Amino acid sequence: MTSSSFPSPISASAGSPALAAGLPVAEAGAGGVAVSLPGAGASQDTEAGHHDGAGHGGEEGHGDFRMFGLATFLVADGMTFAGFFAAYLTFRAVNPLAEGGNYELELVLPTLNTILLLLSSVTFHRAAKAIHQDRTQACRNWLLVTAALGFTFLGGQMVEYFSLPFGLTDNLFASTFYAITGFHGLHVTLGGLMILIIWWQSRQGGRVNRANLFPLEATELYWHFVDGIWVLLYGILYLL
Amino acid sequence: MTATLSPPTTTPEPQAPLQPQGWLRYFSFSVDHKVIGLQYLVCGFIFYFIGGALAGMIRTELLTPLSDFMPRETYNEVLTLHGTVMIFLWIVPVVNGAFGNYLIPFYVGARDMAFPRLNAVAFWLIPPAGLLLISSYFIGSASQSGWTAYPPLSLTTPATGQVIWILSVLLLGGSSIFGGINFIATILKLRRPGLKMLQLPMFCWALLGTSILVVLSTPVLAGTLVLLSFDIIAHTGFFNPALGGNAVVYQHLFWFYSHPAVYIMVLPAFGLVSEILPVHARKPLFGYITMVYSILAIVVLGLVVWAHHMFTSGTPPWMRLFFTIATSLIAVPTGIKFFNWLATLWGGKIALNTAMLFSCGFIFNFVFGGITGVALAQVPFDIHVHDTYFVVAHFHYIVYGGTVFVIFGSVYHWYPKFTGRMANESLGRLHFLLTFIGFNLCFAPQHWLGLNGMPRRVAEYDPQFTFINQVSSVGALLMAISTLPFLINMVYSAFAGEQAGDNPWRALTPEWLTSSPPPVENWKGPAPLVTHPYGYGAAPESQAVGASSP
Repeated sequence: MTSSSFPSPISASAGSPALAAGLPVAEAGAGGVAVSLPGAGASQDTEAGHHDGAGHGGEEGHGDFRMFGLATFLVADGMTFAGFFAAYLTFRAVNPLAEGGNYELELVLPTLNTILLLLSSVTFHRAAKAIHQDRTQACRNWLLVTAALGFTFLGGQMVEYFSLPFGLTDNLFASTFYAITGFHGLHVTLGGLMILIIWWQSRQGGRVNRANLFPLEATELYWHFVDGIWVLLYGILYLL
Repeated sequence: MTATLSPPTTTPEPQAPLQPQGWLRYFSFSVDHKVIGLQYLVCGFIFYFIGGALAGMIRTELLTPLSDFMPRETYNEVLTLHGTVMIFLWIVPVVNGAFGNYLIPFYVGARDMAFPRLNAVAFWLIPPAGLLLISSYFIGSASQSGWTAYPPLSLTTPATGQVIWILSVLLLGGSSIFGGINFIATILKLRRPGLKMLQLPMFCWALLGTSILVVLSTPVLAGTLVLLSFDIIAHTGFFNPALGGNAVVYQHLFWFYSHPAVYIMVLPAFGLVSEILPVHARKPLFGYITMVYSILAIVVLGLVVWAHHMFTSGTPPWMRLFFTIATSLIAVPTGIKFFNWLATLWGGKIALNTAMLFSCGFIFNFVFGGITGVALAQVPFDIHVHDTYFVVAHFHYIVYGGTVFVIFGSVYHWYPKFTGRMANESLGRLHFLLTFIGFNLCFAPQHWLGLNGMPRRVAEYDPQFTFINQVSSVGALLMAISTLPFLINMVYSAFAGEQAGDNPWRALTPEWLTSSPPPVENWKGPAPLVTHPYGYGAAPESQAVGASSP
């Protein structure tokens, strides 16, 4: 399955292997699923030979809409965060905290973390650029740097969690803080694992290459999304 | 690779028959949108009968003013299961998943959905979620806090059932979101070349609007329920006033999903009825463009009316004003659709078959439920009848009298396409008659009960309401009986019904331009280009143009 000459996905019905395209959202959204589909791209290539059959969808020339599906999923995912943010802001507006609670947070570590995540978006972009120029090794290196930045971010989160003066159930702010940053951290964890998976898959003879960039591009879009959410989160939870 | 990922019943060889014709494929991880559609339909009906049995238990309990049929806790469990099963396992999956999956690929001229395997995943989340939900009754206690699961009630009732309820609804929400993404991608991206958006059958627009609502609002419910589960399991205090939390925030977040959910349940029904009426009235759908704009208006307005469920939750006056006005505004696009259906029927050559009868029943019930809905949007009236049987009557008029009537009408309308045989008309009319009388007998008196102050969700009531409750229960009995001719009809006709041929209704929409039941990839030849799906009354060849390529 090449992103440049995507065989009509309609032929995907009834188990033709082009169906492997059928799970992009789960694949990108749920991270680990990508591992369970190691040969999907390759099997689609073998399907190309079947693609001439009349009534096999040859008349419909559709582009690749898997990114569209992923983007729709990310809108949904973003709405989950929107719900959390709305809840947080409402709590903050109408629910006074119990004695001893306040909304102030230490800013040094989270600011460093923000810079790390923003950097990781840049490095992921460099990785995508490199593979477009057929510099696979450079791409793989940038991917590793990106994953390292992501996991360093998570380490920073851990340090912050353990240094905070409040626990999960101490007050409403504490609970909301842990719920939102934890949910975001889950996204970063999945994203980091996805980056490692495409790093592995972009090895010599792996399924991710210039002819099949979708896994890499999907992960990139997801990673930028998680970054963007963090910037919002940083503004709302830490700065506001 | 293919062998492990694809269903064992399929083969990649396009010339060979792609799937066995046996019943087994309906139990497989099939990726054929028609198989998945029927899986949704049959699975939904199973849960409908379960939810109906629970409703029967409720109406039996309410025959007498005292809770003598079952303990109060059991009544609360039955009530919660009834609501949850009917909404999340019957209406939403059937009206979206079943008919959407079966029809949308035909309507956009595609051979399957955009993401066929995601589609199968979305369906196969439903049976485990349903089993999980119902099993909670047998492993201790089902949730007792109603389908809304309002805290602090949901924090004080037995935790096991409540957590299982949350888990089940999260799975169903995931299924719903996957389905919504698939529909949006299919309608927007998989249209046959040459087919414009404004040439699509109305059901596509209805499902596009529905799916937008699903994608925007379901995740908010999911996040909220996760927070609620933290409150139960980890003793956080998001929604627990005793721990400094805010229960009204839960209500806002819950209704941000659950009011759009009303449109998720009813917009596809609007679309389906817009398909059925023109065929059996032999007239073009009246006001296509205004219908489209009405759907889009309902989508936008549907997202900003949620707090009309909360007029008694201490909402400030400006909020009441805003949500009253927004809610009343929804009556405009809805009314436009209503008059468009009437105008479609007006002067038509109406065939009063079962599909048409149920569609007309829908119009009748829906306008009634719509009017009580506008009344409920007005704060003074709403405060008077809040949490009474008036509300119960109102939403059953929308959800049962509206959507379920359309589901039955659609089953009769598309039965020949599903099976290749005609459903029996006499049994169908008997089914309609029993359902229509039973439904109105059951729910119309409940308006009176509510106006006189009978609270909903309570197993006991003031003895002055006994007679009306018994009338209502008789109506429920009629509804239960009405499923017998339906079931007999469905089974009997599948084996011994009259052969239907490809297009028994002489309809123009694309699903009828292929064999019944359709082949695996929908058309043996290229997909037809149908630019005038409602061109009744004109020469047929000018309406459905066969494809000139490949």
